[in-house]
Amino acid sequence: MKRTRNIFAVAVFLLVVLIGVPWLIEATGRLDLYYTLTSVALLSIASAGVWVTFYIGRINIGQGAFALMGGYVSAILVVQHGLSFWLTLPLAGLFCAAASVLIGLPILRLRGVYFAMVTLVLTEVARLLALALPITNGAKGMVSIPLPGGISIFGLTILPDFATLANPRPAFYLVSVVLMVLCFAGLYRLVHSRIGKLCQSLQQNEELASSIGVNIAYLRVIAYAISSFLGGLGGAMFVAISQSIYPSSFTVTDSVNFMLNCFLGGLSYVFGPMIGTFVLYFGWDFLFETGEFQLLIFSSVLIALMLFLPNGLLSLRLFGKKQG
Amino acid sequence: MTELLQIKAVTKRFGGLIAVNNVSFAVREREILSVIGPNGAGKSTLFKLISSFLSPSSGEVLFRGQRISGLAPHIVARKGVVRTFQETTIFKGMTVRDNVIIAHHLRSNATLAGFYLGTITARRDEAEFGRSADEIIDFLDLGAQRHEIASTLPHGHLRALGIAIGLATNPTVLLLDEPFAGMNHDETVRAVKMVRGVRKRGVTVLLVEHDMPAVMNISDRIVVLNFGVKIAEGTPKEIQENEKVIEAYLGAEDETIGF
Repeated sequence: MKRTRNIFAVAVFLLVVLIGVPWLIEATGRLDLYYTLTSVALLSIASAGVWVTFYIGRINIGQGAFALMGGYVSAILVVQHGLSFWLTLPLAGLFCAAASVLIGLPILRLRGVYFAMVTLVLTEVARLLALALPITNGAKGMVSIPLPGGISIFGLTILPDFATLANPRPAFYLVSVVLMVLCFAGLYRLVHSRIGKLCQSLQQNEELASSIGVNIAYLRVIAYAISSFLGGLGGAMFVAISQSIYPSSFTVTDSVNFMLNCFLGGLSYVFGPMIGTFVLYFGWDFLFETGEFQLLIFSSVLIALMLFLPNGLLSLRLFGKKQG
Repeated sequence: MTELLQIKAVTKRFGGLIAVNNVSFAVREREILSVIGPNGAGKSTLFKLISSFLSPSSGEVLFRGQRISGLAPHIVARKGVVRTFQETTIFKGMTVRDNVIIAHHLRSNATLAGFYLGTITARRDEAEFGRSADEIIDFLDLGAQRHEIASTLPHGHLRALGIAIGLATNPTVLLLDEPFAGMNHDETVRAVKMVRGVRKRGVTVLLVEHDMPAVMNISDRIVVLNFGVKIAEGTPKEIQENEKVIEAYLGAEDETIGF
C-alpha cells in the first residue's frame, strides 16, 4: 500500500519536473526560469548535505566551503588537465569527501554551537585559500570554462556535447534535476536503512550510542563525508553552468542559506532541504520588487516561520493528514 | 568461579582531588556485586573507570585477563562489558522497540554498506533484531509500551528500558548505574526482580547503588567505598556487621561535625 503510493508520488514528481515544467516554460516563454530552477536543484543538493550533518546532531554552517572546493576541483581538472566534465563531477565530490574526513576528524568532537562556529570559519578559510593559492588564479578566478562535452557509450549518445546545443539551458535543467533526484533517492535510502537509525541515535545521545557499541567517531566522519560529497557535487555542477568560478562564488551567506533551507523545509524530513531551497529561493526573488524592504520582509517571514512552524514546512502536511 | 573483571589498584585524580584511591577487587562470573558508599565516595567515578568512559590515572581494569582500561567505550562494549545509565539517558525520540532494536547494533553481521544495500545478511540481521527486541521487551514487561515514544514513559518503565537497551547488546557483564534510585517500595521490589532476572539470563551484574535495603537483598557480595578508598568487601551479612562501614554511614561518635 505505502510502497505503491510512494512509487506513484515519485512518478508524478518525475513527470512534472522532467516534462511538465519544460513544457510550461516553453509555452509561456519564461526561459529565465530554466536557470532559476536549475539553481534550486543544485542548491538543494548542497542543502541535502547540510541536512545529513543535522541528522547526526551537528549544526553545519560550512557547506559553502565544500561547494567552492568542488567547483574549483572540477574547473581545474577541466581547464588545466582537459578532463571531461562528467568525470570531474564525481571526482569533485570525492575530493571534498576526502578533505572533509581530514577536517572532520578533529572538529567533529565539538558539539552544538562550537561545531557551528568552526564550520562558519571554514567557508571563510576556503575563500581565502582560493584567493591565495596559485592554482586557483586568485581574485581573477577562472573564467570561460568550456561547457561539458557529451557522453556516449558504445556509440550511443546519452548526453550531447553542450557546446553544440543552440540553447544549453534546458539540457542543464534536465541534468541538474536528474542529479538532484538521484541524490535524494540515495539519501532516502540512507535514512530508511539502519544507518539512518544509527545517525538518529547519535543525534539523540552520543554517550548512550557509544555504550551500545556504536563507533561514534567513525559514523560522524562518514556522515560528514557524505555531506561534503553532496556539497562538492552541487558546487561543481554550478560552476559548469556559470562557466566561471571566483573565490566569492560561494560565501558565508551561501553557507547560512544552505542551513536555512534545511530549517525551512524541516529537519526531520528527507525532502525538507528540497522544499526549503525552492521556497527560499523563489521567496527571495518574489520579494525583489519591494526594493529596499526585501531583506526586512524576508527575514521577518523567516523568523515567523521558525516560530510557528518549528518543524519546517513539511510538518504542515502531517498536520493535514492527522485531521483527515 | 572465575574472576571475570579485575579492578587492580585503580586510582583516578582530578587535579588535586583523588576521587578513587588505589581500589582493587574482582567480579566473579554470574554474581551480583554491588558497590556502595556515602555521597561523594567515588562510586560514579569508579563506574566510569570500569566502563572506560574515563581512563584511570594509575592501575588497570582487566576483563578476562585482558586490559580494557584506556580503550574507547564502544570497544569495551564490544568485548562484553556494557553499562547502563540513569533513567534520562535513552533515545528519547524513538519508540521503545526502536530503542531496543538499535541497541542490537553490536550483534550485526552485515556491514554498514550491507545495510544500505539491503543484502541478505542485512535483512536476516534486521529480522533477528526485531525478534530478539520483542523477546527482551516482553521479558522486562514493557510489552504494552512497545510502540510508545520513549520520552513519554514514566520512571519505572524508563529504568526498565535502560536495562533492555543494555541487555540487547548481549553483554557478559552489565554495569547498572543506580537502578533503584528515586523508586518507591513497590517499584524497587519490581526492579530487584528484574535485576535477578538479568542474572538468570547468564549475565554478571555489577551495580552502583544508594538504596541499602535493596542492595542487601539482592547482592551476592558488596564492596564499600568511602572517600575514594575501599573500606570493606564481603557478603551482605559481613558488611552489615563491619564496624568501618557503620562508622562511614553513621559517623563515629567522636567525629567532629562539619568534617
